[in-house]
Amino acid sequence: MTSLPKLLVIGGSAGSLDVLMQLLPELKPEWPLAVIIVLHRRTDSDTLLSELLSTKTTLSVKDAEEKDILSAGCIYVAPSDYHLLIEPDGSLTLDASEKVHYSRPSIDVTFMSAAEVFGSRLSCLLLSGANVDGAEGLQTVQELGGFTAVQDPDTAEVSFMPRHAINIVKVDKVFRIGEMIAFVKSLNDDNRVV
Amino acid sequence: MMENLRHLKDEDVLLLLNDLLEQYGYDFTDYSFASVKRRLQRVYITDRFPSFAEFRYRVKTDPEYLVYLMEQITVNVTEMFRDPGFFQELRKQILPVLATYPLIRIWHAGCSTGEEVYSVAILLHELNLLHKSVIYATDINESVLEKARKGIFPLQYMQQYSQNYQLSGGQQEFSRYYAANYEYAKFSDMLREKIIFAAHNLVTDRSFNEFQLIVCRNVLIYFNKDLQDKVLHLFSESLEQLGFLALGAKETLRFTTVAPLFKPIAHKEKIWRKIAT
Ligand SMILES: C[S@@+](CC[C@H](N)C(=O)[O-])C[C@H]1O[C@@H](n2cnc3c(N)ncnc32)[C@H](O)[C@@H]1O
Repeated sequence: MTSLPKLLVIGGSAGSLDVLMQLLPELKPEWPLAVIIVLHRRTDSDTLLSELLSTKTTLSVKDAEEKDILSAGCIYVAPSDYHLLIEPDGSLTLDASEKVHYSRPSIDVTFMSAAEVFGSRLSCLLLSGANVDGAEGLQTVQELGGFTAVQDPDTAEVSFMPRHAINIVKVDKVFRIGEMIAFVKSLNDDNRVV
Repeated sequence: MMENLRHLKDEDVLLLLNDLLEQYGYDFTDYSFASVKRRLQRVYITDRFPSFAEFRYRVKTDPEYLVYLMEQITVNVTEMFRDPGFFQELRKQILPVLATYPLIRIWHAGCSTGEEVYSVAILLHELNLLHKSVIYATDINESVLEKARKGIFPLQYMQQYSQNYQLSGGQQEFSRYYAANYEYAKFSDMLREKIIFAAHNLVTDRSFNEFQLIVCRNVLIYFNKDLQDKVLHLFSESLEQLGFLALGAKETLRFTTVAPLFKPIAHKEKIWRKIAT
């Protein structure tokens, strides 16, 4: 597994785009870190979303395609209408099975799948939203040794999703925006995310 | 606190897949591991097995449970006129080319419950080609084929399907194609007459005819690269020269070993044409 980079997965729903745009500039392409973004949204907005995100980062941003191999310095955006799963070899699988929590892509699905492969080399961040998606996934991430954090519901545009997660999982951190930025900056720091 | 989730280990999944192969001849070992594992995990939790050993025992000893498990492992989600742009392309560009043949042979591989097949039958009907067409619709899964043969779909989806149909360029009243009761829409026998539904396993079964159009959408994404290549060769063998191959929205021939045998026709709609040799 040593050949796989570390992985950060960010899940967000209503009201999360703004926060995401503040976090992305802090990521550096030379870090040994791959990033996956799972955002609930209307279908058909894929290219728009990745174009928008790429204005905020020097990492390369791409819509995840099946069999892509996760590589460091790259941001993969889960396409609309497909769940995004990760294979043991670090390649990506798209899956058009039933929606989960009325959502496809579902944050739970990617969190869980990432946890199975990356274990303690994974960090997951759950942002603003009006859905219950993500909470169960964070639980799995934690059980398998990954780092779990949610946006402080008081700072979220829509507090329901992070609050729900806090209610059912003892997450590692609850971050205000500034703390979240500091956290992302520290991601290259080896003792933060091992 | 949430009850602790119970995880199937990778080894457990491999054991089960091996059982399915050894005992029942179903080979899922070249499917996307993450997807199969997730689905087995779901069954394991929903059916509340006290341990993996009990799960495995049930699969090994209960053939009826196996049928159910098969249905759960494979993803059967489908809809009518899914990706309307694709059906528009068929209507405007592809089927008019096929219209010149005396007999049109089409193969839907991985047809699931049949929504896609009935959609194409509607196109053929509207282009006045259905009478000289034969459509083979196959799937690994007997239970979805049973549903497909009946052509009865939940009424609640008809609004969505009707919208898809219109977006794909359909100009008729969509409801003319089915009879509705409170819960279900039963599609007209006229559409079914030229469709042959049959079991066919893309992993183990061979080519059984030559076609001018093969439609295999949202099936290959669940296969690993080797299996994708193998199945694509099966398709290539089963296509006439200049025949068409249609894949799902997220599937591609790019980077596969059959790529040199095809040329892209409609890039976005994922249609290729077999090159004459
Ligand atoms: C997601 S559905 C696709 C339905 C339809 N083509 C569409 O795009 O809406 C995938 C289908 O492939 C079938 N399938 C999976 N493995 C198969 C195999 N080895 N041979 C034939 N069909 C298979 C499944 O049973 C399922 O019905």
